[in-house]
Amino acid sequence: MRYLPLTDHDRQDMLASIGASSIDDLFVDVPEGLLQSGPLDLPRHQSEMAVERAMEALAKQNRSAGEGPFFLGAGGYRHHIPATVKHLISRGEFLTAYTPYQPEISQGTLQVLFEFQSQVVRLTGMEVANASMYDGSTACAEAVLMARRISKKKKVIVSGGLHPQYADVIRTMTRFTDDDVNFQAPTPHIDDDALIAVLDDQTSCVVVQNPDVFGNVRDLTSLAEAAHAVGALLIATVTEIVSLGAIRSPGEMGADIVVGEGQSIGNALSFGGPYLGLFATRLRYVRQMPGRLCGETVDSDGKRGFVLTLSTREQHIRREKATSNICTNSGLCALAFSIHLSLLGEKGLRQMAHINHMRAVQLVDALGQIEGVEVLNDTFFNEVTIRVPGDARELVNRLAELGILAGVSGGRLFDSLTDMADLIILAATETTTDEDIHALASALREALS
Amino acid sequence: MMNRQGRPSQPSDATTAPISATWTGHRALDLNEPLLFEQDRPGVTGVDFEPVSEGKTRLGGLERDEKIGLPGLTESQVVRHYTRLSRKNYAIDMGIFPLGSCTMKHNPRLNEAVAAMPGFADIHPLQPMASVQGALGVMEQLSHWLKTLTGMPGVSLSPKAGAHGELCGLMTIRAALEARGDARVRVLVPESAHGTNPATAAQCGYKVDSIPANDEGRVDIEALAEKLGDDVAAIMLTNPNTCGLFERDIIEIAAMTHAAGAFFYCDGANFNAIVGKVRPGDLGIDAMHINLHKTFSTPHGGGGPGSGPVVFSEALVPFAPSPFIAREGDTLRLVEDCADGAVGRMAAFHGQMGMYVRALTYMLSHGSDGLAQVAEDAVLNANYVLEGLKDVMSPSFEGPCMHEALFDDRFLKDTGVTTLDFSKALIDEGFHPMTMYFPLVVQGAMLIEPTETESKESLDEFIGALRHLATMASAGTSNSFAAAPQYSPVTRLDETQAARNPVLSYQVPDQDAAE
Repeated sequence: MRYLPLTDHDRQDMLASIGASSIDDLFVDVPEGLLQSGPLDLPRHQSEMAVERAMEALAKQNRSAGEGPFFLGAGGYRHHIPATVKHLISRGEFLTAYTPYQPEISQGTLQVLFEFQSQVVRLTGMEVANASMYDGSTACAEAVLMARRISKKKKVIVSGGLHPQYADVIRTMTRFTDDDVNFQAPTPHIDDDALIAVLDDQTSCVVVQNPDVFGNVRDLTSLAEAAHAVGALLIATVTEIVSLGAIRSPGEMGADIVVGEGQSIGNALSFGGPYLGLFATRLRYVRQMPGRLCGETVDSDGKRGFVLTLSTREQHIRREKATSNICTNSGLCALAFSIHLSLLGEKGLRQMAHINHMRAVQLVDALGQIEGVEVLNDTFFNEVTIRVPGDARELVNRLAELGILAGVSGGRLFDSLTDMADLIILAATETTTDEDIHALASALREALS
Repeated sequence: MMNRQGRPSQPSDATTAPISATWTGHRALDLNEPLLFEQDRPGVTGVDFEPVSEGKTRLGGLERDEKIGLPGLTESQVVRHYTRLSRKNYAIDMGIFPLGSCTMKHNPRLNEAVAAMPGFADIHPLQPMASVQGALGVMEQLSHWLKTLTGMPGVSLSPKAGAHGELCGLMTIRAALEARGDARVRVLVPESAHGTNPATAAQCGYKVDSIPANDEGRVDIEALAEKLGDDVAAIMLTNPNTCGLFERDIIEIAAMTHAAGAFFYCDGANFNAIVGKVRPGDLGIDAMHINLHKTFSTPHGGGGPGSGPVVFSEALVPFAPSPFIAREGDTLRLVEDCADGAVGRMAAFHGQMGMYVRALTYMLSHGSDGLAQVAEDAVLNANYVLEGLKDVMSPSFEGPCMHEALFDDRFLKDTGVTTLDFSKALIDEGFHPMTMYFPLVVQGAMLIEPTETESKESLDEFIGALRHLATMASAGTSNSFAAAPQYSPVTRLDETQAARNPVLSYQVPDQDAAE
């Protein structure tokens, strides 16, 4: 077997030096009869070529985004990833390193994390960011738990513009706490008034997404003011982080905790994971943050270095009193994000965001001319919601058979909510071409005629 | 005096400068690297885009006018920056990485190549299911392998790491208990457990009650019997445990737990020791997470991403979270609805597809025969290390061990050398240290997990280095240990200062001066 370096000769030598007569002597503590006598009922080992063929056959049963016009978003976005990113994250020194528990021989990873945290702070307009969470949805649920620790209050208000699967994760994570979560009904219209109407002095936090899951760009300022007036925190969720190259940061608009999905920068769609949870807040709340933090210090010669710090929040020190049980996070995805963002820089990110927005403007112009299609957004960044006659899920499936991945239907995303069944959420990015938009518009026009 | 780049701020004075000082602060291939933010060239970018035709913006007047504060670098600057930084890391690609409980094994590159295939990397989680049958096929096959290897009837793939899997398992247990109207309040966790276990139980709203270990490093059965009661929801046990030992009484522990009406959660972090050899389902376990980034070799990436699928017993399957895979004839479907009483969604979408692909590739490569050999070689290697060190270091418990060997600091008594110093000295010898000060049940713990992917020659060198250090320590050279490591890119770092005066992001120097 190609990954096992011991030869049978080595094994015999080693057993002899241990004083064991066979390998079973080393499994002596396993209760009688529970040791398998032979291989389990699964295929035997295969060569690299055979495995590659088998996996390639599975890969070919998927239609990849690059094969044709593609307009899906809703929490996962297809952006161009520069070749440099893939090359650098493949370096074994990054790929095959562990969590930097021994800082003297982990300065590469640690400096990357420090730079990553610094980038996230700037993007979100916050004061401190952690070294990443699993993904945007779990980061969002952790923010709700953190708000509870800060406010000592139980009521949580969740906007109907929050990605419904993010709302599901909040539901799961608060199921066994006594938090009282008020989920507003999903609506493609901005629901600030409804959120403000249920705010009261028992409220721990308000969770809102910007741009929201329907693509609307929201001014969070008045919502933040209303929340702060009753002592509640505003949690802003950003699932399309590229938007922060074009629109004002949640920090600037008054958010107290900003969580996000960082996949858009540097990370592939990958069928939904691994993705990258971003988590940022105000410095005064740092001791209630979940997850790892990297900080600057000096070595015994006075030279700058980096370490994991404020660990007394974490499970390996505090055990049941930790702020979260999180241990492993999304290190390599954070690295990819940080490299891509370094390549972009201030200028590149703004350009990229602008192109995304312009592509969406073109998409909206094209869709608006199709009879039967209604664009619901007044504002948007790179994603919009349209209403179509009939069942949108069926329409999307039909277009997929024609080779056009036309977006995410309300039926798929919201499942049981029938009033979403005629909606499609579509995203355009810098990878979208004129031809893609044209092909989508023609196919839609034909399907609806 | 060093400036922020680690470079001396004035020309060196030959009488006071350390011997190793250079004008640049570099030492040949050991290159200091400034932060990205210190290399900013305003207006520069390392990417280019195709031109786009301009239209009227629809941002609702919320344009970001203020500077974001991101540095500008060229592509070549970026490549050098990260290449230089990478060289400051130790990695499994460079040598043995004997961190106990972490299973740092070789990461085959075939797995990376397969995960990068566009058919896996460039597909969206919400594409119509007819367009992602291959991805659902990966999930189905992976589920089958995990269920067969563990002898458990159900699996939930979606948890994103081991600790997330623990949460999934405990939530499922709580959901099952609530469904039978039997609210319970306590979870029993051995003293030797990973910190994630008590943290998880607390996050599920349970009180954590600690079970002591016996003299043999295993659960004290009598103490367990006393602690069990009708308010206990679950016991969380790691097997093999964090002392590297198989829990001999596990069948009895499971029976006692079930007799008390509680569930048996197993932390599967150490599954590598028994994969293909022992099926956890045969041990009476109700739920167990499997770290794909340990046993199934998906790379650790400097701290993730991981993947922590959870296998379930028959009693728990109805309460497991969505989504899961269902087959209807030739067609696969993701079931995304949450059944009544079940846990619901642990995360958006369907879990760590990139890790599923890597793990399945690894499983197909090894096959059932190879995986059993993995466990045997992992256990053999650990025992070889134990044997090679037992006369100069102090093993905490009688052998044999499973996949990792535990030592404590008795052999360092009266030497003035601590477990920390000893570990740091190992860095200078060119190795990543073992896990230090964990588990908490022995004094100054050193937990060594070589894994099956180390050759005998590699182990001999590692053992030789440890024997040398142990001899040095007893010869009374504690000063050199306290000063270690000396040959790493930085020397010992001041963690107290980092925590006392946290600097958690780059501050522009002007602000520094103002503070």
